[in-house]
Amino acid sequence: MSKKLLLKDAHIEGIRTYEVYRKQGGYEGVEKAFKMAPDAITEEVKTSGLRGRGGAGFPTGMKWSFLAKPEGVPRYLVVNADESEPGTFKDRYLMEHIPHLLIEGMIISSFALGAHTAYIYIRGEFAWIPDILEQAIEEARAAGFLGKNILGTGFDLEIYVHRGAGAYICGEETALLESLEGKRGNPRLKPPFPAVKGLWESPTVVNNVETIAAVVPIINITGAEYAKIGVGRSTGTKLISACGNINKPGVYEIDMTITVEEFIYSDEYCGGIPNGKRLKACIPGGSSVPIVPANLLLKTINGEPRLMNYESLSDGGFATGTMMGSGGFIVLDEDQSVVKHTMTLAHFYAHESCGQCTPCREGTPWLYKILKKIHSGAGTLADIDLLWDVQRKIEGNTICPLGDAAAWPVAAAIRHFRDEFEWYIDNPESQTRNYGLANYADPIPVAAKAE
Amino acid sequence: MSETIAFKPETLAQVDKITARYPAERKKSALIPVLHLAQKEFGGWLQVPVMDYVAELLEIKPIEVYEVATFYSMFNMKPVGKYVLEVCQTGPCMLNGSDEIIQHIKETLHINAGETSADGLFTLKTVECLGACGYAPMMQLGKFYHEHLTKEKVNEILELCRQGTLALD
Repeated sequence: MSKKLLLKDAHIEGIRTYEVYRKQGGYEGVEKAFKMAPDAITEEVKTSGLRGRGGAGFPTGMKWSFLAKPEGVPRYLVVNADESEPGTFKDRYLMEHIPHLLIEGMIISSFALGAHTAYIYIRGEFAWIPDILEQAIEEARAAGFLGKNILGTGFDLEIYVHRGAGAYICGEETALLESLEGKRGNPRLKPPFPAVKGLWESPTVVNNVETIAAVVPIINITGAEYAKIGVGRSTGTKLISACGNINKPGVYEIDMTITVEEFIYSDEYCGGIPNGKRLKACIPGGSSVPIVPANLLLKTINGEPRLMNYESLSDGGFATGTMMGSGGFIVLDEDQSVVKHTMTLAHFYAHESCGQCTPCREGTPWLYKILKKIHSGAGTLADIDLLWDVQRKIEGNTICPLGDAAAWPVAAAIRHFRDEFEWYIDNPESQTRNYGLANYADPIPVAAKAE
Repeated sequence: MSETIAFKPETLAQVDKITARYPAERKKSALIPVLHLAQKEFGGWLQVPVMDYVAELLEIKPIEVYEVATFYSMFNMKPVGKYVLEVCQTGPCMLNGSDEIIQHIKETLHINAGETSADGLFTLKTVECLGACGYAPMMQLGKFYHEHLTKEKVNEILELCRQGTLALD
């Protein structure tokens, strides 16, 4: 059984309310933090080794320490709740079920950063969640944890919820800030980074929901204790949202020492593949990270069991490994078509490109069109090379990472499943029939083999 | 400003509450939340006079409203039905049968994606990931998600809409 820090109370009835959350020890982290110096909180977060849980995995304490602190200029904390990456729905779970954990984390983080105003930028489609968050904010205010002179410390803080309106690109931190300023969500050139010039040109820290929620247990148990959980630079626990062809889709908290095989097949987590089908492939970190076939998913390039953590998942580089990303874990069984799945993701990125950079604006629809042509049975072998060429021209050539996010799934699909693309081309009469022969992978889990 | 377009007093109070979340000189930040209110109050889509009204309210230029309204997928730029069926078609939903759900809705309502039924009741929109991947296939109707869809469940939802008993807000 994995250690739980974020979801330990998720099963308790009424945990969404302040009263029940408080009974479980809620807001004790705030009380403890207020007895510490703000810089000491940042040091504690550094000691914990917490890495940003939105996908990039950048060390959170280091990010906080970059915050410019000029006198007389406001600083802001902005929580990125624009969860829009296909496969990822963990932040929604946190906000919906334990909203006070986020609010408590925001109070501690704002105190550490010297921010007196904080915003939760939430994707517009999560239209019922702002009500839950605003209720939690009001309850926290009524209990004296928000507003002026919180707990007599002299520290003031206001938290506001800001709804977006359906643009994946607003999950990119600078696009998010543009959107929060009432503009189109076009990413900004960096530098300057938000820590220097962020919201309304003021120093700003933008952190994911899960990241800010994790600050609470870090303060409660200390950064050193948090760092003992997990392995290597993958410290603490991680929320994984599991979906696709698995028996038990849902949000799981793991301690990053478990194997991928255990995560997919054990009853504690995904519970295996429905109808006894074989595992074909997986995208373990949200749609933008490289897809890997079953044999490379379960073992590293050195033949060791692959673990559910940042380092192990990327072992061997993107050619043989993949990434932890946001923890959006998408499983494909043996009957699924990688070509069709990649095509739907290409459509997603083409739809969501903000249009600011030519390689992304022109390249993403082009990727989709080529994939659609191949999937329909009208492709040629030259189309595979063209697909490869187009994705190469997008990757690394755009202001923000959406270009990379669009290119990587295509590159990985060709790299690992080129024979499937060729099958569609060689069998035009099949049209949209799925390619179901997983002849390139050994998808039988190690445990099953031993029996 | 069009003389016929104005928020109800209670909505104007909401606008004031929203603009108070941002520094006084940063009123433009309220644009997206106010456009949500406008779309809801003025027929489910954003006509040019409505956007002009919002611009005047927030003391910004109309073009600043147009460029935002046309950028975000939740804002409708043409009339829609009373019930907008927003069905997710991306990756995990596709893996769990969203194609069949979309096809079923098309055949049941005799419309394609982007179209409105003859009775003006339903508009079908295929949309990109709505963050419900573990509960796929799904669709959004108004404020709420309807998950783990089957053809039977879709039929029930459509019937509730026809009866006017499905909660949207």
